[in-house]
Amino acid sequence: MDNIAIVGVGQTTIERNKLGDTFADMVFEATQKALEDAGMTMDDIDNVITTSNDFWDGRTISTMAVGDACGAGMGKNMSALEGDGTFSCFYGMTRILSGVYGTSLVVAHVKGSESENLLITNAIFDPLYMRPIGLDSLNSAALQMRRYMTKYGVTEEQCAKVSVKNHKNALKNPYAQIKKEVSLEDVLESRLIADPLKLYDCSPISDAACAVIIAGDDRAKKAKKPVWVKGVGYCADSYFLGDRDLADALALDMAASKAYEMAEITDPLEEIDVAEVYDAFSYMELMWYEGLGFCPVGNGGKLIDKGVTEMDGKLPVNPSGGLLSGHPVIVGGMIRLAEAVLQVRGDAGDHQVKNVNTALAHGINGPCGQSHCVWIVGR
Amino acid sequence: MATDLKDQELLVYESRIKVPYTWSVGEVGSRFLTELKENKKIWGTKCPICEAVFVPPKKTCTFCFVACHEWVELKDEGVLQTYTVVRYDSDLIPGKKPQIIGIVLLDGADTGIAHMIDGVSPDQVKVGMRLKAVFNDKRTGQILDIKHFKPI
Repeated sequence: MDNIAIVGVGQTTIERNKLGDTFADMVFEATQKALEDAGMTMDDIDNVITTSNDFWDGRTISTMAVGDACGAGMGKNMSALEGDGTFSCFYGMTRILSGVYGTSLVVAHVKGSESENLLITNAIFDPLYMRPIGLDSLNSAALQMRRYMTKYGVTEEQCAKVSVKNHKNALKNPYAQIKKEVSLEDVLESRLIADPLKLYDCSPISDAACAVIIAGDDRAKKAKKPVWVKGVGYCADSYFLGDRDLADALALDMAASKAYEMAEITDPLEEIDVAEVYDAFSYMELMWYEGLGFCPVGNGGKLIDKGVTEMDGKLPVNPSGGLLSGHPVIVGGMIRLAEAVLQVRGDAGDHQVKNVNTALAHGINGPCGQSHCVWIVGR
Repeated sequence: MATDLKDQELLVYESRIKVPYTWSVGEVGSRFLTELKENKKIWGTKCPICEAVFVPPKKTCTFCFVACHEWVELKDEGVLQTYTVVRYDSDLIPGKKPQIIGIVLLDGADTGIAHMIDGVSPDQVKVGMRLKAVFNDKRTGQILDIKHFKPI
C-alpha cells in the first residue's frame, strides 16, 4: 500500500476518573488536538467515525451522542462502530479506499470510571452458558494465563517482567495514568486477583479519548507530516472460550500475516523498529509477541528474558507504557496506533525510540483477545 | 456570570439501568438444557465435516461453517484444562469466595465447557485432574442445573 496516510493524532491524558469531563468533552479535546496536529480544520474532514460501547456509556447508540463533539453535527457523514479503535480506523481507511471520501476523522472514547467493570465485562459473555458462571474480564484472563503457562512453561516471573518494563516506560509518557516504578518482587508479591493473575499483572480502569485523521492519495501527499499505512490485517477467532486453545493467538497470527504481506515484511523482528501492543494483562504481551511473529510460538517468555523488547532492546515494545499504565477500553488500540505514528515521526518525546522507520500497532476486542487488528505504519 | 469554571464544584449524577430480557434459547440449546433438566445428561452436536463435538452444542460448526445435525451423548466426566481461583468479591459468581472457575473438556467432546469447580481446595486443584458433573436436585433447564464439577 502506498496511498493512505495517518495525518493527525490527538489523545487526552488517561486518568482513573476524569471527573471534569463528560465523554463528549473528552472527544472534543482529542478531536481538536488531532486537527491541530494535522494542520486541518473541520472543513478538511470528509466523514466521521465514532467508536464506543453502549454498556460502558450507559446509553444505547452511544456513538451518536458524541456527534457534536467531533464535528459530525456540521452535516458530516457520521458512522459508528463498537469495538476497539484500531477496528474503526480500519473502517475509516476503507471508506477512503472506496473513493467516496478523501479523509476520515476517527474518534474513540470510554469512561471506565462511570460504571461497574465486573458487571459490564460479565455481559460480554453469552447469557445462557457463560454469563451465569460469573465470567468477567479478570477471571477469563486468568483462565487464559494459566492455560498459556501450562502449555508453554511460561512463568509468572516472565509475565511480571512485562509489568516492570511497561510501568518503567510509562514514567516518560505524559499521557499515562499510572506513573510508578514497580520491581519484579512488587509484581510477584502484589495481591492475588484471580490466580495466577496478581494486581500488577492487570491494567487499571481508565477514562480517555483519542482521535486519528486518515487521508488518501493527494490529500495524504499534501499533509504536513504523513505517516504511511504499509499494511493492515484484521481477524477474529471463535467466541466461546472453550472452542479455542486459549494458549494460542491464532487470529493474531492471521491478522499479522496479512499485514506483513501487504507491508512486504518477512522478518518482523528485523524489520519493525518499535511496537505498541494491547497489554491488557502482563501475560498477553508475551502471547502477542508470538502471534506477531517476534519469536516462535511458546517463546514469548524467553524473548522478554533476553531484553529484546526493552527500551534499549532490538525491538522496543510499548515504549508508551502500554495499557498496564492506563487502559481505556475501546480507545486502547487507537492509542497504540497514535503512539506508533508519533514514533515514526520522531514526535514521541521522552519515550521516543531512536531511528524508527517502521512501527507496529495492535488492538484487540472480545474476551481473551477474540479478534485482533494489526497496523504497520512507516515513512 | 464569570466564565472561568476553574473553581466550579463537579457534580456526579447517580442512576442505574435495569432492563428485563427474554433470550430465545433456540432449538439446539433447548434440547441441551432439557436433557440437563429431565435426564441429567450432557449432549453435544457433531460437525459432519471436521467431526468436532461441541458442548454446549452448536447449530453451526465454528470451524467449517456447516450445520451440525448429529447429536452425541457425552460422559458427565472430563479433564480440567485450565482454572482460576477468584479472590475478589463478585455477586455474579453463584459460589462462595474463593470460587474456583475452570474449563472442563468432557470425555468425547472437542470443546471445553466453563463452569465452577468445587469439592477441592484452591491449593489442591490441578490442571489435568479428572472431574465429574454434580447436578442440582431441583433443575429448571439452565446451565446451572449442573451445580459444579468435582474431582473424581
